[in-house]
Amino acid sequence: MRIRLLLFALYRDLAGTSQLDVELPPGATAAMLVEAVRSRGGGFARIPPGAAVAVDREYAPPDTPLSEGDEVALIPPVAGG
Amino acid sequence: MLVRMTRDAIDPAAVLASVGAPEHGAEVLFLGVVRDHNEGRAVASIQYEAYEAMAESVLATLVAEAETRRPGVRIAAVHRVGKLRVGEVSLAVAASSAHRPEAFDAARELVEEIKRRLPVWKEEQYADGERRWLDGHTPPVPEAAR
Repeated sequence: MRIRLLLFALYRDLAGTSQLDVELPPGATAAMLVEAVRSRGGGFARIPPGAAVAVDREYAPPDTPLSEGDEVALIPPVAGG
Repeated sequence: MLVRMTRDAIDPAAVLASVGAPEHGAEVLFLGVVRDHNEGRAVASIQYEAYEAMAESVLATLVAEAETRRPGVRIAAVHRVGKLRVGEVSLAVAASSAHRPEAFDAARELVEEIKRRLPVWKEEQYADGERRWLDGHTPPVPEAAR
């Protein structure tokens, strides 16, 4: 399945793009998505293995199963206020 | 009550005016303001970025949680994104309650939760032209899938 991933702030700068299509086996989890992104190497590899993931605009545990069509984002440590 | 992300300048009076009630004797307003220095460096401006669609819903959740934690308190929160210069308001939180302790506490607690959980990032732009994403807080994530 293909997941469209959104990247923000520091992670976008590391990746050099704000959107990415990632090909994953059916039933893949949020943690597997982070690993697939990191395995692209270069700036992608500098995204931490424990990067927070949001699925459909909510923080999602690493074992969350993904489905094609989900809105998935990598969330760098937050610094609002 | 105002609860939103915005790209426009924040009007603190409007945020404050959106709370309050005839039975409320206390109103508190907190403003987060861009400071001219950080960690010994002169700051010219801060670029605030948000995952805007998610930030809108997280902010609404945080305000709803704050109101549940302190029944009877009314709370408003507006967070700005975009390039802000020194002295500009990035965050306004207002709270009102019958007596002052609850209003102070509710405003303080909401500001801390916003810093922990709202998907917003800031890139400081220094007087010498350099820029840097500030270290943030790792947001709390539920431990296992529902």
